[in-house]
Amino acid sequence: MNILLNGENHTLPDGCTAAGLVESLQLGERRIAMEVNKEIVPGSQYTNHILAEGDKVEVVHAIGGG
Amino acid sequence: MTQMTDQPLLIAGVEYQSRLLVGTGKYKDMDETRLATEASGAEIVTIAIRRSNIGQNPDEPNLLDTLPPDRYTLLPNTAGCYTTEDAVRTCRLARELLDGHSLVKLEVLGDEKTLFPDIIQTIEAAEILVKDDFQVMVYTNDDPIIAKRLEEIGCVAVMPLAAPIGSGLGIQNPNNIRTIVENAAVPILVDAGVGTASDAAAAMELGCDGVLMNTAIAGAQEPVLMASAMKKGIEAGREAYLAGRIPRKRFASASSPIDGTFF
Repeated sequence: MNILLNGENHTLPDGCTAAGLVESLQLGERRIAMEVNKEIVPGSQYTNHILAEGDKVEVVHAIGGG
Repeated sequence: MTQMTDQPLLIAGVEYQSRLLVGTGKYKDMDETRLATEASGAEIVTIAIRRSNIGQNPDEPNLLDTLPPDRYTLLPNTAGCYTTEDAVRTCRLARELLDGHSLVKLEVLGDEKTLFPDIIQTIEAAEILVKDDFQVMVYTNDDPIIAKRLEEIGCVAVMPLAAPIGSGLGIQNPNNIRTIVENAAVPILVDAGVGTASDAAAAMELGCDGVLMNTAIAGAQEPVLMASAMKKGIEAGREAYLAGRIPRKRFASASSPIDGTFF
């Protein structure tokens, strides 16, 4: 299936969870936050949250800013 | 001589010894970020929330390693947001990123040239965030009526600009800043527009509770030295405010006694 990940097309196996996405991106050790279709997915829900075709996923982190 | 002891800065029930808050943008690398932040003595530091670089440079230094959340109070901002929706989404992502930490700096911008706040959407976003249990420190213009309105909504601190973000122009409207301070029941911090240490001191002399700055330090030729200068400027201005300056007079007033002259 295809999702939109941080504004770009991204292909995942069908039924992939948020946890599966994080693992495939090798972001498991990093501090990130995720929203799917403009709703927060808490870190504790990553293993339960199954992504769907066309989901708009944003994965963010902290950077320097004023 | 009496030594007046200052009260700590109190924001959302937490005491801070430093009245200087600093941003973490525009530094050349993480080392400079760390050194300048340390030199500033700041306890509250702003951060931005941005898309992770997927698949790029997995070993890039992480800001949260440079400025650990157990040492600094991190203040995620909504910089770059031009709509209520984007600002609220950013705050919710930040709260998730920082394990439920709910102190945020709200800014909803109206225009790329001035980076002045869009006040209508700022108020709208503040109302949503306060209802959602965020502790909102809000960037606004130097309008006393709006500042009071933001306080009434439930913002924990109101942060009027001194001048446009990154302009270094210093306080353009000191009388309005003074009025905002006099009206306020929450901390008032000047946010944006400071250029050098005397600007920071001037803000504190007007009675502000603190100053938030980024470019004035990060953009200086020697950021770490400027961070130290700003720390001192804030402290000097605060002490001068507490000490109570002399009134301005048009004519002279001799410092040496007139009595006892032998000539």
